[in-house]
Amino acid sequence: MRITLRTIVIAYAVIGVAVCTVVVCSASPKEKVVKLAAKKFEFSPAEITVKKGEPVVLEINSEDVKHGFTLPDFGVRTDINPGTVNRVAFTPDKTGRFTFACDVFCGGGHEEMSGTLNVTE
Amino acid sequence: MNKMDRRDFMKLAGLGGVVFASGLGVRAVGASKPGDELRAAKGEFYFVQLSDTHWGFDGPSVNPDSQGSLKKAVAAVNSLEEQPDFVVFTGDLTHITEDARLRRDRLAQFRDIVGSLKAKTIHFMAGEHDASLDRGDAFQDFFGRLNYSFDHKEVHFVVVDNVSDPSATVGVKQLEWLQSDLSRVRKDGPLVVLTHRPLFDLYPQWDWSTRDGSAVINALMPYKNVTVFYGHIHQEHHFMTGHIAHHAAKSLMFPLPAPGSVPKRAPVPWDVSAPYKGLGFRDVEADVRNARYEIAEMTISKA
Repeated sequence: MRITLRTIVIAYAVIGVAVCTVVVCSASPKEKVVKLAAKKFEFSPAEITVKKGEPVVLEINSEDVKHGFTLPDFGVRTDINPGTVNRVAFTPDKTGRFTFACDVFCGGGHEEMSGTLNVTE
Repeated sequence: MNKMDRRDFMKLAGLGGVVFASGLGVRAVGASKPGDELRAAKGEFYFVQLSDTHWGFDGPSVNPDSQGSLKKAVAAVNSLEEQPDFVVFTGDLTHITEDARLRRDRLAQFRDIVGSLKAKTIHFMAGEHDASLDRGDAFQDFFGRLNYSFDHKEVHFVVVDNVSDPSATVGVKQLEWLQSDLSRVRKDGPLVVLTHRPLFDLYPQWDWSTRDGSAVINALMPYKNVTVFYGHIHQEHHFMTGHIAHHAAKSLMFPLPAPGSVPKRAPVPWDVSAPYKGLGFRDVEADVRNARYEIAEMTISKA
């Protein structure tokens, strides 16, 4: 078979599409970034909805004092220090409604400081 | 780890573990238990645990007698025909306030009220309401050390502080102190731990845990006869971590719901048809020879 420049270009194009397809198919799902604010004595937003299997990154900041963030059902927690953005990353592997809460005692309303992570299919 | 119900605990009686009596109130106020003299002669004794008194709390829909509950509890303990060897308060003596002066006022008032107890040996420990906002400074001024130990009739009692650090952490320094303190105890000697928060992950979603509680439990595991009495969750609760029994006490201000039973943790509203329902204290009979503790849950009356 006579190999022309046109043939080579077409071959590279076919290979390129195949490679791109493979790369796209095997790429990790894009993570969902959610910004969460903590202050005495609430989280905002108080309810977060994500999908099962979708990587999540929570970027949490404190608007006043040191708080904590714990999501026991997914084994993640972090201190929330004022002046910084604290990140927790996880991929929910089950559906349902799960409580997250402040776990650094922060004052009179500490015990009410919680929210809900809603994981859907 | 196993959640134990009452029947499971009763079965443990045959294994030399912990038993507890029915929650119907084994011993009526003012009544004596048969064999008291014999019990004393055998080195057995009893103590009373009161917890989560939250002096200073104000919420009529939750407790319209918030100024009276603690005083009634003191009167109930004083009316026991045989006084306990000592009384322990397992934390949250006062209700949270961010006002440091008010915190001290409440601690002083609490001290004055419980000063009426006939039993003159009282061991106090802090709860997060007392100590988490000032690292326990005010509590220590009134009641002394946050963590300590004492011995009573061959039983070694250890008070573990899991509240003065607002992250609910016992901490490396205290863990080292605990290891050192325990090194003096025989591995088969009776050991009682008094603390405020659960040392195990009872329900961390409601902050019912200790961040490094597993380290404390690991330090206790080599000891065969360990029992933990604690508060914080405002309800009677019994749980085993291996061979170690954990018993939570009721509050004397308001009950809280069972773990995870409702979406949000909040005080159980007052039941007008059943005043003081869910509130109470307990007496703990120690059978030192067999390292067994018989627990009787007591109520407070509306009188």
